[in-house]
Amino acid sequence: MMAHNLPFVLYAGAIGLLVIGIAGIVLSQNLFRIILALAIAEAGANLLLVLAGYHWGGTAPILDQGKALATMVDPVPQALVLTAIVIGVGIQALALGLAIQAYRAYGTLEMRQLRDRLEQDIALDAGMAPSGSRQAPAGERPIPPVPAVQRRGSHTL
Amino acid sequence: MRNLASLLFAGGLAFLLMAVAAQLPFGHPPVLAGGEILAQAPQQVGAANIVTAVVLGYRGLDTLGEISILFAAATGIGLVLGRRRANAPRDPDAGTILRTGAALMFPLLLLVGFHIILHGHLTPGGGFQGGVILAAAFFLPLLARPGTPVNHPGLSLIEGVSGAIFILIGLIALFQGGEFLQPLLGTGTFGSLLSAGTLPILYLALGLKVGAELAGLLSRLADAEAN
Repeated sequence: MMAHNLPFVLYAGAIGLLVIGIAGIVLSQNLFRIILALAIAEAGANLLLVLAGYHWGGTAPILDQGKALATMVDPVPQALVLTAIVIGVGIQALALGLAIQAYRAYGTLEMRQLRDRLEQDIALDAGMAPSGSRQAPAGERPIPPVPAVQRRGSHTL
Repeated sequence: MRNLASLLFAGGLAFLLMAVAAQLPFGHPPVLAGGEILAQAPQQVGAANIVTAVVLGYRGLDTLGEISILFAAATGIGLVLGRRRANAPRDPDAGTILRTGAALMFPLLLLVGFHIILHGHLTPGGGFQGGVILAAAFFLPLLARPGTPVNHPGLSLIEGVSGAIFILIGLIALFQGGEFLQPLLGTGTFGSLLSAGTLPILYLALGLKVGAELAGLLSRLADAEAN
């Protein structure tokens, strides 16, 4: 019973992690949560790769006394995952660095506010009025102003 | 609406992947390249750890590309975060227990890191894993005392020299009439520390490079001004 269900549990775990990560990337509104979701998706993809090389009763592909070659698992997916983990670390670190810079420039990690402020900056740089519809409700846009301290590095209005 | 579309996308992806996975014969994978490598690696490369034989012997060029990516990420972090102002406020030092613990762990982590790097061709482990442990050894004191100065030029020197050694060994193999990064110096006694030809040297260079890069990367992230 257990042996029959095990592949389903393993695949569901790997694919579930992958899908949870992707759903987090698409649904999250916070930049930091998006990076964390990326890490979860990576874990799922790596697990899927390792599962692809597994066979029943397999042992680690390390030669030792009394271990037959036939029982060893495929070493190629393992080497691939080793590579993927290291690259994943690099990507996450770079993403975190960019998120830190975004926070320093705009004072927030919320995607909606970031997008609005970015659009304002771009429109300001291009010398145009900020984009918006004529039918938009009058009055101030509901964005809290960026604190003066965090304006450093960004454009002066 | 957007959330609904995203959920539909995620659900569809899950269904698709599960459908593909259900077709695969779990536990009986078609081991084609892997089987050949398992059969020939002990004679060709001489490394007891076949994953090491794959990473450095058969796919050495890919590993070189991978450490280039890590190098690009580390350089990118330095470029994006920039230099910190001299008068920027720092976190206070941690308590006595954490500072003593970090000082105590430093030599042990160095020992474990180098052990894992140097035995990468015999036991589980290798340059990447050991390099990460080395980076942790240098990062722990920085966490305990955020004001500790980091020798970034020294880290860059280690990183550059070890990367150059990696490429140099590959070029020597190329000029000796073989392939780029082909293992040299014969296979040696199977299972001993000095076996598998140039693989331990390559892994040592790789471990130092990964360790220096990650240590620089982590210290830059920890050093970044949050506001």
